[in-house]
Amino acid sequence: MLDTAIKVLKPTTADEVEAIVAEAGATARRIEVIGGGTKRAIGQMDPVDIVLSTQRLDRILDYAPDELVLTVQPGVRLADIEKLVAARGQMLAFEPPHLTRLLGARGEPTIGGVLGANLSGPRRVRAGAARDHFLGFAGVSGRGEVFKAGGKVVKNVTGYDLMKLMAGAWGTLAVLTEVTLKVLPAPRTETTLLLFGLADVRAAEAMTLAMNGPFEVSGAAHLPAFAAQAAPLKAEMAVTALRLEGCEASVAARAAGLAAALKGFGRIDTLDPEHSKAFWAQVREVEAFVGDPRPLWRLSLPPAVGWRGPHGLPGDALYDWAGGLACLLTEEPAEKVRAVAASLGGHALCLRGGPAFASRQGPLGALQDRVKAAFDPLGVLNPGRMDGAA
Amino acid sequence: MKMPAPDAALIARKGEIVRALSRIVPGEGVVSAPAALVPFESDGLSAYRQTPIAVVLPETTAQVSEILRWCQANGVKVVPRGAGTSLSGGALPLADSVVLGLSKFNRVLEVDYPNRCAVVQPGVTNLGVTAAVADRGFYYAPDPSSQIACTIGGNVAENSGGVHCLKYGLTTNNLLGCELVLMSGEVVRLGGKTLDAEGYDLLGLVTGSEGLLGVVTEVMVRILPKPETAMALLLGFETVEGAAATVGDIIAAGVIPAGLEMMDNPAIRAAEAFVGVGYPVDAAALLIVELDGPEAECAELVGHVERLAAARGANFLKTSTSEAERLAFWAGRKAAFPAVGRIAPDYFCMDGTIPRGRLPQVLARIAELSAEYGLGVANVFHAGDGNLHPLILYDADIPGQLERAEAFGADILKLCVAVGGVLTGEHGVGVEKRDLMPEMFDPTDLACQQRVKCAFDPGLLLNPGKVFPVLHRCAELGRVHVHRGKLAFPELPRF
Repeated sequence: MLDTAIKVLKPTTADEVEAIVAEAGATARRIEVIGGGTKRAIGQMDPVDIVLSTQRLDRILDYAPDELVLTVQPGVRLADIEKLVAARGQMLAFEPPHLTRLLGARGEPTIGGVLGANLSGPRRVRAGAARDHFLGFAGVSGRGEVFKAGGKVVKNVTGYDLMKLMAGAWGTLAVLTEVTLKVLPAPRTETTLLLFGLADVRAAEAMTLAMNGPFEVSGAAHLPAFAAQAAPLKAEMAVTALRLEGCEASVAARAAGLAAALKGFGRIDTLDPEHSKAFWAQVREVEAFVGDPRPLWRLSLPPAVGWRGPHGLPGDALYDWAGGLACLLTEEPAEKVRAVAASLGGHALCLRGGPAFASRQGPLGALQDRVKAAFDPLGVLNPGRMDGAA
Repeated sequence: MKMPAPDAALIARKGEIVRALSRIVPGEGVVSAPAALVPFESDGLSAYRQTPIAVVLPETTAQVSEILRWCQANGVKVVPRGAGTSLSGGALPLADSVVLGLSKFNRVLEVDYPNRCAVVQPGVTNLGVTAAVADRGFYYAPDPSSQIACTIGGNVAENSGGVHCLKYGLTTNNLLGCELVLMSGEVVRLGGKTLDAEGYDLLGLVTGSEGLLGVVTEVMVRILPKPETAMALLLGFETVEGAAATVGDIIAAGVIPAGLEMMDNPAIRAAEAFVGVGYPVDAAALLIVELDGPEAECAELVGHVERLAAARGANFLKTSTSEAERLAFWAGRKAAFPAVGRIAPDYFCMDGTIPRGRLPQVLARIAELSAEYGLGVANVFHAGDGNLHPLILYDADIPGQLERAEAFGADILKLCVAVGGVLTGEHGVGVEKRDLMPEMFDPTDLACQQRVKCAFDPGLLLNPGKVFPVLHRCAELGRVHVHRGKLAFPELPRF
């Protein structure tokens, strides 16, 4: 898959992308589409003839902070966007993870890659996913046609919402050449409440209680003891963390209310804004699993029962999204991991050490195949990337 | 506005079609007598009417599946319908179609508080979802003004918004899953109680697809704990510019209010005459700002917003001091449409979204157009997210006024697109804005969307005549355009 002999093309305009894709279609060649290439090892890829990198599609086209919109080319580095919007007191509210260290990757993630993988961080529970902040795009379909969808305003229902389709399509439908995102004001301050020594099931109860009250929790994670040992916590037991963000008066009031509601769960500590930031960056990047070679999974599960997933699968797990996301290191066979997730009404994405996706089946699988064919009937783009194990 | 030419042969088969549908939905599930079909002739866009062949009102997913399978096999067009409150003609029947009404799908199936979701049938009203969870302190966030009547299934089809979507998102941001019946009769489940779905996000695609991709028979929505407090402010301004600038200042200050609405003077007067809640009738523009959260936060932000408004010349300033007063502040805004209905026999409600900064310019141009067309206009506006609702006043009984109103509306929407906005922020394209789609999308853009339609409904039988100005046959769209001949960029490295 990572055959270095394959030529890497780095187009600088949408027209160049169109020419490359159209010609590939006409000559029965296949293209791997990459941004920074940091998530390249996720999933499998059939052999390709060309690598198309969006790295030189790297211009910031329009940033209108007052309109809450940002239009960029997909090759702009995530870190650069974060810096740009932070300078105006704004943020990408879905808190995209970089995962570079976790995946042992080199290079820098791009915004196109983040959208292609629909990756969201801890604030997912409150602010939504990458797909919820994706307002419009231009791109080149697998047919080699330039097209666009959506708009450059925050509220729009004109035509099909193809942004949702592109988010999480892993580059299998189109090569994006321009994307418009919704940005939001960054919170003025934050704090994190910590609970200690809770078993996974109790932690799930605490997180549910916090999420179901009027506290506007913007991060709810549970780290078992092995993961809570790292800085900045250096705890010797499991830690359950609940983040509150907003203006000072609001955060203080909600912290008091939440602490009162959680009285039955034992001692409560709080993290100041600086340590809170550092802590959630670790959760977002799954730092506790960096350097561990075991197969790595993201289990998406109904939050209240999320803890049950890893309990059916020997290995180590961390919980984010109030229990709705379990990051799991396990040697169990992929079929078993998927079966456990499915039995709870969820699903599993393998980040390393196995096929990333489940195979498509039944009428829904056939429908997904028809959607793929609508954009890329010849299978030019990222062949096999979203296919499951045979 | 032209609909696809009806197929006379199909209409002639009415007897056979009604018999077949009656076999699938026995009892009173099929409506076919001409008088009984009248209530289904139109939706919230009452300027257009059309009697369908028949209306079928199934009660189970299995019946929906069988109806669609039979209609596909027999080439019968199907128009899905919820409560029929669409403002864009999304549920307008065709002469040679069967209307599939979901009104009997009206049960709340499950409330799962630990996972913060509710599973409901599509005929449950928007407010019905909130009613089902309110006793435990929860609510469903999207709140279109028609929420007493409109159904959740229709909300999914239209990706409905409301005054609170600035902070809480549209329908698409508050959905977790659905059961969808395809035109083939196949039943698929999209999403679920997990936050992210697996594979392509077909749930996101189907939301807002205006009943063209499938019929939703079950909906799973996210429910939220109610904010501790909510306060509303009324801010009156002598100039539209002052109000518009205040909106920009509020956002720039990092405040995202739960609701941020603007009304112009004609809308203020109409609403005040209708509900009498103390709106400043001499103001050029009124802002309604709602702030929610803990009391301490509301108090701080209210002060902040008041200072910003005063700096922009607000000369009327009132903050709600009770829940009753907050609701009264909203009563005028939520009744703006019926209020305008009292000052003119008919009105069209436009729905374009613009970059907020262009508001003064766009309102000025709308006023000019109003004079040119000789038709009044009142503006209500989801100011926070730039979603305009100009209400064009006309009298359908005066020959030529409907056509003039349509042309005026089209000019407003073209103006929205020209300043960088879009045709519709929350009401949908339907039949109303269908022929304006080329203002935003070129033929290739539209072909890409229509191929998605073909992946779901290759016979183009589901809700035809909506959204797309020209319907191409799927076989024609499916041809692969092969790019041959001269290379466009000879300097580019080749493979």
